[in-house]
Amino acid sequence: MLFSGRRQKIVRLTGDRQADLYPHSLQFYGQPPTENISLSEFETFAVDRLKLLKTVENLGVSYVKTSDQYATKLEGEFRKLHFPYRVETDEKSLDTEYDKRRKDHISHFILRLAYCQTEDLRRWFIQQEMDLFRYRFHMLSKEPAHDFLKFNNLHYESISDEEKNTLKEELINSSYGFSAPKVEDHDFYKVPFQDALDLVRGRKVYLREGLAYIPHQEIVAIVLNDFRTRLSKALAITARSLPEVQSDERLQPLLNHLSHAYVGQDYSIQKNIGKISLEQIDPFSTKSYPLCMRHLHKALRENHHLRHGGRMQYGLFLKGIGLTLEQALQFWRSEFIKGKVDADKFDKTYAYSIRHSFGKEGKRTDYTPYSCMKIILSNPPSQGDHHGCPFRHSDPELLKQKLQSYKIHTNGITQVLDLVKGMHYQLACQKYFELTHSVDDCGFSLNHPNQYFVESQRILNGGREIKTEVTQNETPQQILTNPAPKSATVPEENAAKTKGATKEAGCKRN
Amino acid sequence: MSYEYDQASLPDLLPLYYRRLFPFSQYFRWLNYGGVTKNYFQNREFSFTLKDDIYVRYQCFNNQSELEKEMQKMNPYKIDIGAVYSHRPSQHNTVKSGTFQALEKELVFDIDMTDYDDVRNCCSAAEICSKCWTLMTIAIRILDRALKEDFGFKHRLWVYSGRRGVHCWVCDEAARKLTQSARAAVAEYLSAVKGGEEAIKKVQLSDPIHPFIKESLKVLQHYFEDYALVNQDILGSKESIDKVLALLPEEVRDLLQNDFLKVKTAAQRWECLKKRVLQMQGALKKGVYGDWDIMFQYCYPRLDTNVSKGINHLLKSPFSVHPKTGRVSVPIDLKLLDQFDPFAVPTISLICQELDKALEGDEEANDKENEGEPEQKRRVRDYKKTSLAKYVKVFEQFVEKMEQSWKGELLKKSDQQKDF
Repeated sequence: MLFSGRRQKIVRLTGDRQADLYPHSLQFYGQPPTENISLSEFETFAVDRLKLLKTVENLGVSYVKTSDQYATKLEGEFRKLHFPYRVETDEKSLDTEYDKRRKDHISHFILRLAYCQTEDLRRWFIQQEMDLFRYRFHMLSKEPAHDFLKFNNLHYESISDEEKNTLKEELINSSYGFSAPKVEDHDFYKVPFQDALDLVRGRKVYLREGLAYIPHQEIVAIVLNDFRTRLSKALAITARSLPEVQSDERLQPLLNHLSHAYVGQDYSIQKNIGKISLEQIDPFSTKSYPLCMRHLHKALRENHHLRHGGRMQYGLFLKGIGLTLEQALQFWRSEFIKGKVDADKFDKTYAYSIRHSFGKEGKRTDYTPYSCMKIILSNPPSQGDHHGCPFRHSDPELLKQKLQSYKIHTNGITQVLDLVKGMHYQLACQKYFELTHSVDDCGFSLNHPNQYFVESQRILNGGREIKTEVTQNETPQQILTNPAPKSATVPEENAAKTKGATKEAGCKRN
Repeated sequence: MSYEYDQASLPDLLPLYYRRLFPFSQYFRWLNYGGVTKNYFQNREFSFTLKDDIYVRYQCFNNQSELEKEMQKMNPYKIDIGAVYSHRPSQHNTVKSGTFQALEKELVFDIDMTDYDDVRNCCSAAEICSKCWTLMTIAIRILDRALKEDFGFKHRLWVYSGRRGVHCWVCDEAARKLTQSARAAVAEYLSAVKGGEEAIKKVQLSDPIHPFIKESLKVLQHYFEDYALVNQDILGSKESIDKVLALLPEEVRDLLQNDFLKVKTAAQRWECLKKRVLQMQGALKKGVYGDWDIMFQYCYPRLDTNVSKGINHLLKSPFSVHPKTGRVSVPIDLKLLDQFDPFAVPTISLICQELDKALEGDEEANDKENEGEPEQKRRVRDYKKTSLAKYVKVFEQFVEKMEQSWKGELLKKSDQQKDF
């Protein structure tokens, strides 16, 4: 029995459940929910969806999104958190399926309130919701997909056989996995390229005169684009009505806690500011910096210069480990002057942008140090750049040579390279941590360069007492991100005992 | 008479340039876009770099006359063009936070010669020469074709930056309305060389070869042998050869080291290479194309995607002067692309001197005729007396072509509003 929305079928739902409201397992979230719900349901729904989106994010980094592993793991999460994903349901589960779809609907709109506030939050939310949507749309076979799209007013024009024949060569060579017979069999559609950006971006489609020629199965990309545009606009509108919502005392604490939870600690509130001296930077770079920052620091020392991407990534990291604005200015200035920049030019140009990143110029945003996710996924380095994640962006041969030059033994290097091959960049960095600190288990799940630094300092300074203070992961919002670092805070005698126990829960979570 | 340019003389040359030579008329006709959209010109941001590196943003003007007066008053060393905003840029601080937004801007591209430093033998950093200029020619051919045929953009202006690169301004309405995401996607589509300092092989061609790559390959093949084998001599020295071979799989590399011992010239080495790759076609992994990989890595356009992505990104204006070289940032005539010589582009000192000479001549012959002529008309004839003339002509043709498309728009609009 299907949720078909056809009035003839007797859809036996109990209670207040409205028969026509949720005909499909997924939706575009065009209409906000209009019912009343309790505060506890409000909170549970929001937190559950956040957990789901966080899982989507983590899985998306560790697995290819169309792989079976990804699908199975995500499906497990759906079941655990009671979210809908199944297309067809039998009569017995009509009620529960309805409830799941209702939860999906309401929780999405609640999270919009928390995530519409800044550009970063919006971007994150849209990315995860898109991945979520893509997964559920993929579960639909041709018929239900067609129904779903028609239901949502998405029409697309197919090309004539004549045109297809003329363009056969081009279509075969631009659509992945399309041989000549396949091209003949399938429908192709002409869509303005602006509606198929994902395909254009990856050069996975034939373009002519501004139109993209899309095989039927790629319609997903278009649909996703449409989804993104709609959601983006909706979030902008939501942001405008936010003041009213935030003034509601019942909702304010929850909404605030939600939007901070996703980044975990963002290393922008400095308890350790001013506790670092410039002389410590060189030794820090070899002992406590993650590889990306070590590389940037070295490039800076060697070339007396870094391009914009490198200055941002490294500069904000330095802010995160505790450098004051004055120290930062001195640091960059003394290095740049050794190169081609004279003191005057530095003060006029580079100094401005350093002050800007500390929130002392322009719109005075206090920029936060980049997380691993951000470094891996955005702004890839090009010629002349040294930023990015070495595990993601370096040639494996060069990476190997570099690790060798840092006196890491061959066995360890092989392990790192294996992780890189499997695209587990953060795990590779954790392995690098373990090798350079001579520990079996780093004891934490890496997702931020400043976290690497803090953890390294903690180990090097013998357990609890660390040179730079750090706020402990105690608040409830942290429960949703990483388990608290375990082995590092355990006194030495018990280290051996707990290493075995934490091995499962610690680093391997990714 | 020496036409040497000296940056110190800019304060004397700029006033003359902005009073007599800068093509304000065509410039305004361009940026006003036929007046089809209300306040389009008025809400456009300009930024000026003045003497002593003073930089001022959020400049805007009500009309051509105001633009001229301000520029003649400030005599900017550099002019940048930004986006069309939701409000007058000068009011960006007074408008309610969050509502001042960049709405539209031309789709732009910036190709900079320094991005090719790892594959240029002749120059590095800010230097360019006739040997490496071919890279710009190749870049323009490949990108312009794609913008025209793949994306359907009709109004593309290519400009020499004045020192070491070229810019492209895509002015179609559809282009100006593109979102940041769309601009990034277009730039990605056009990119093939990826990787920072740490990547050796920066090209990964897909399998099968996409039609866009196929078309680009045709251009590369046309220029490669002269550019790379002769001018850059990439298969000349051992060091250079090793660099090239590093892009090939080990099996091929080893065989070629041997092959090369038996031949003498670079051209022969290239033939050997192509033959080997062809021969080993079956054994090579998918996505390894040997000689094609080399051609792409050494010659394919390298664009800075960050320039193209941002709607509010400010880019050097055409006809702005480059303070370091004195050269005017001039439009490039695509019909004569292969003959374009960046070293023949006039400097501001040259054209000012040409103008002075011409005025002397005029004074003797046509004194009476010049009296009482409006400033603008005089200027129109002025630039024609200098080397700037042919470049302004290219610009004029570009603007005229666009004007033909707006005529239709204005008629449509006035019909809708019933303004007869």
